[in-house]
Amino acid sequence: MSQNLPAAGAPAACRILLELNGERRELEVQPWTTLLDLLRDQLGLSGTKKGCDHGQCGACTVLVDGRRINSCLSLAVMQDGAKVTTVEGLAGADGLHPMQAAFVRHDAFQCGYCTPGQICSAVGLANENRAHTRDELREQMSGNLCRCGAYPNILAAIEDALPTLRGQGGDA
Amino acid sequence: MTPFSYHRPEAIDEALALAGPDSRFIAGGTNLLDLMKENLLHPRRLIDINRLPLREITPTPEGGLLIGALVGNAELAWDPRIEARYPLVAKAILAGASPQLRNMASTGGNLLQRTRCYYFYDAQTPCNKREPGSGCPARDGLNRMHAILGASDACVAVHPSDLCVALAALGAQVHTQGPQGKRRIDFADFHRLPDDEPWRDNNLDERELVTAVELPPQGYAGHCAYLKLRDRASYAFALVSVAAALDLDGERIRGARIALGGVAHKPWRLVEAEQLLCGRRAEPAAFAEAAERLLQSAQPLAGNAFKIELARRAIVRALGEAAGGTPR
Amino acid sequence: MNTLAAPVGQPLARVDGPLKVTGQARYAAEFGAPGLLHGVVVCSRIARGQVLRIDAREAEALDGVVLVLTHENRPPVASYDKPYQDDDAADGSPFRPLFNDRVLYSGQPLALVVAETRELARHAASLVRIEYRQEPHQTDLLAVREQAHEAPEPPPAPRGDFAGAFAAAPVRVECEYQTPVEHHNPMETHASTVFYQADGGLLVHDKTQGVQNCQRYLEQVFGLQGRIRVLAPFVGGAFGSGLRPQYQLPLAVMAALKLQRSVRVELSRQQMFTFGYRPRSLQRLRLGADRDGRLQALAHQALGQTSRFEDFTEHEVDWSGMLYACDNVQLGYRLAALDVYTPLDMRAPGAAIGVFALECAMDELAYAASVDPLELRLRNYSEVNGNQGKRYSSKELRACYVQGAERFGWAQRPQAPRSLREGNQLIGMGMATGVWEALQMPASARACIDADGRLQVSSATADIGTGTYTAMTQIAAAALGLPMEAVEFRLGDSNLPQAPLEGGSATVSSVGSAVHQACLALRQKLLDAAQQSPASPFTGASLDDVAFANGSMRLKRPPYTALALERIVGVSGALEAEVRVEPGEQRKNWATATHSAVFVEVRVDEELGTVKVSRVVSAVAAGRVVNPQTAGNQIVGGVVWGIGQALHEETLIDHRLGRYMNHNLAEYHLPVQADIPSIEAIFVEEHDSVVNALGSKGVGEIGIVGVAAAVANAVYHATGKRVRELPITLDKLL
Repeated sequence: MSQNLPAAGAPAACRILLELNGERRELEVQPWTTLLDLLRDQLGLSGTKKGCDHGQCGACTVLVDGRRINSCLSLAVMQDGAKVTTVEGLAGADGLHPMQAAFVRHDAFQCGYCTPGQICSAVGLANENRAHTRDELREQMSGNLCRCGAYPNILAAIEDALPTLRGQGGDA
Repeated sequence: MTPFSYHRPEAIDEALALAGPDSRFIAGGTNLLDLMKENLLHPRRLIDINRLPLREITPTPEGGLLIGALVGNAELAWDPRIEARYPLVAKAILAGASPQLRNMASTGGNLLQRTRCYYFYDAQTPCNKREPGSGCPARDGLNRMHAILGASDACVAVHPSDLCVALAALGAQVHTQGPQGKRRIDFADFHRLPDDEPWRDNNLDERELVTAVELPPQGYAGHCAYLKLRDRASYAFALVSVAAALDLDGERIRGARIALGGVAHKPWRLVEAEQLLCGRRAEPAAFAEAAERLLQSAQPLAGNAFKIELARRAIVRALGEAAGGTPR
Repeated sequence: MNTLAAPVGQPLARVDGPLKVTGQARYAAEFGAPGLLHGVVVCSRIARGQVLRIDAREAEALDGVVLVLTHENRPPVASYDKPYQDDDAADGSPFRPLFNDRVLYSGQPLALVVAETRELARHAASLVRIEYRQEPHQTDLLAVREQAHEAPEPPPAPRGDFAGAFAAAPVRVECEYQTPVEHHNPMETHASTVFYQADGGLLVHDKTQGVQNCQRYLEQVFGLQGRIRVLAPFVGGAFGSGLRPQYQLPLAVMAALKLQRSVRVELSRQQMFTFGYRPRSLQRLRLGADRDGRLQALAHQALGQTSRFEDFTEHEVDWSGMLYACDNVQLGYRLAALDVYTPLDMRAPGAAIGVFALECAMDELAYAASVDPLELRLRNYSEVNGNQGKRYSSKELRACYVQGAERFGWAQRPQAPRSLREGNQLIGMGMATGVWEALQMPASARACIDADGRLQVSSATADIGTGTYTAMTQIAAAALGLPMEAVEFRLGDSNLPQAPLEGGSATVSSVGSAVHQACLALRQKLLDAAQQSPASPFTGASLDDVAFANGSMRLKRPPYTALALERIVGVSGALEAEVRVEPGEQRKNWATATHSAVFVEVRVDEELGTVKVSRVVSAVAAGRVVNPQTAGNQIVGGVVWGIGQALHEETLIDHRLGRYMNHNLAEYHLPVQADIPSIEAIFVEEHDSVVNALGSKGVGEIGIVGVAAAVANAVYHATGKRVRELPITLDKLL
């Protein structure tokens, strides 16, 4: 794929294909649009949050092919062909995703702004299956800041949901 | 972000042909897009190299491993061969950034991270690294995070990578490919000290692409440690980090590797300091001598004198941990 | 009968939880419309001077750039101070964005670039060139400590004879503490989305703790009385940053008015460092005590920074005159003006730093007098607020000490520093007292039960994560005996009944009281309605004769008739009651405050200086707790803030440039998950019939107060090093 630079203003759009929350989407994106801005501004999927726009807070965490990434530091065009899951895509027809339900049960948030990123990150952590002790969970959830300071409840929610998720396998 | 054209070549030659003075290769994007959004870099052409065949980890004939430049940081840290034979690499990676960033960032890109100097990162302030000749406010300004070794009048910035500290310690090689062909660069010669050209972080040519990092056969798997000291428990850049590795014959040291992060414009390694340890018993007095030698030329700035003492203690601690067997 | 029964007091899940975990809760920058324009702010590079020229030609030439707004082309705005003085304004002349060519601080907004997309606006903003005439600036508080002036709101008057008592005291402590600038940094950056309506009115989504505060501000500044509606159903954290209208709001409105189009302005994380913050402080304490540690004399002098245009005042030293019994007290509070923005209330403003210094000084006194730190507090316990000479309406601080110490295991702590160790780790235990005001402000609420028996209660307050939606729903459900599901609480809309700013831990006290009273008024209306039908079994009954439970109104005497509320309104139609509640007269005779006792364990690496908080117990006395789960979360969050204050947070300024330099979340260190240990919050039982009808005091601030001191005291206990300058980074312990 190659797309050339116009003389001024915005660069010309490219066509990309995403599997977004289980749905095939053909989209026109400008190369300078990040995955985060595509989700929030163009697609109205504002569940994915912008806290810093520089990979320093984790509020924008989404799952790409089952792995957690910061959507603010990826160009949408670079995700051409990828499978993207946002917080809007986690709940099934039968209700909340087990991680979402655990967050509600444990009051694992206050303002709710970092919450979608925390939840996607926790689902990504479950997929990685690399954290086994409480301290490992803490370390591997340290890419998601929570200014309200709900960390202990977030940890409790994740500990609660992990066995269910490990039982299920899969990538959200 | 300044407008740019976007290209996604499928072959290395194609990528190299697209490269030029205003172009940048992009892999993970975790640092490049950050810098572009901060208005610090303005490439007019982005060459997305993610479709290039650089994702393999393969054994080398010498018994080492060749890590493709596009191998992700997390993928590398969790590769069973790395975990078993090069735990120092795994530990260094996992001490850096966040799980999300490690999922995105590439091996090649990790080598090319720019400094976290406050002034470099604020387009409204002078910085010789960003705007040659504009000055270095860090030298007499906020420099708690800055260099104690190898700095120049022009620049006191430090290299932010953790992985690179481990690679420096192990003596890795960087494989590159450019218009002039392929070459291998010893890790010690890859990054530069600032001297009077602080805008040059490394010795890559303008159109040259990092294709792989080669690990030598010796991984010091049994006796290594990565110790990172920072201002919070995770997700912070190093004030000082130490990659330490020992080859032990009983209690005697046969060989040693020590590299420091967070203290200089490049990972800091001094072969003489390592040699001081050879043949010695693995004990704190010997470690302290090596630390002394490693830090001999250290020059504090107004805000970071503590780093010299911190580095000294960290070296002794890391070598002690390594001697006790690689922490699990 | 008890109108504050269950679900009040129950640990219920947040009613807004499902919206928040599914990404459906929408914040200020998440409301869109076709053709919405995006504004990006250009900020000043210099700290003081004059804008000579703004060259926006290159930006304006780009296809899709609609406007570059500056002081030269902005729409008309009010020119006097008064219209800009919002409900949380400091004394002085509020900052007026794009008012003229003066540069008052580094980071000041000087232009707004408006374009069709966010990316284009950001790019165009980078092309705006500004020429300045620079003037010498001063941003260093230490450099101007001699030029400080009295704060407009002076601290409580001196009592007794401090100088004499201090000189005569056998045990004396003199110390100086310093705290740095900190920024609120809520996870959501400040943003405003302004919808330009067909009739020229504006519908504004703003990140704010007071929709009516912003509404009034905009009406006054732009002369748009009656044409502004401000909404903020969800706020992504604020901690004080939303108490005043921030500059993105008037900028977005200016652009919308000028273009007659809808505009969104979202600040970057870097720009979150270009308005209010917790001010740097320098505090001197002198404590004199008898040999048993009983305070004979106490002086607390603080110096705070402010801007050149406003005098920001907070209660920093007042706590030292009320927390302990002492007859000879002298408090001082001065301000020094700098070329910076005005500070802004930030979680437990004044107390977070003032009580830090006081409680560290008390720990110093404990060692000077060789008394256990907890025992020292008990020896100086006061049932009276010495500043006011009034008894506390309730003060179960003693229970906090006892229960907190018990849970923490304080009794096992040896007094001598450096007496606990595990390998390289020195272990320390520290404690401190926390205190905050129990305020109440006038507030209104409306309760409306519709013909289906669903209750809707509303007030123009906010939920910044504090649990307002849930707590108010509980209060309303309890008052009318309805299940939670039958009640909806609405907030964050300037059209709703009047509410004060959501701050100061006063929302349950103020708005909760209004909600409670509105629901009680609705009970009367329901009874009246039931009595309308001929031969009603309720004829002649008063409210005392009926109970509201399980969705029904029931006669408490024979024939014990129960009538579903649904059936009452099915006949009468919807019923509504609106009330305004003022703080009760009875409050005037009492001092009101919340208290806490915080116990902290730290592990310090002896050689490397790294500090890890390993355990925290916080015992809180805050009156009736409406929801122990959400309130406990508030306390835990406050403790996390206190850990950040103690160990991590500091906004670094280069005084030569007059500019904050670590304006990002990589180098402004908030605590991360790995920094936070298990934290136990305990609410001790406290009954208060004075503070308000609910007996509830609020928990938003008390959680942080004292925590930083407890951490610092634990670090001293571990290492024997007294660090008097926050944050306690490893270099200070080498």
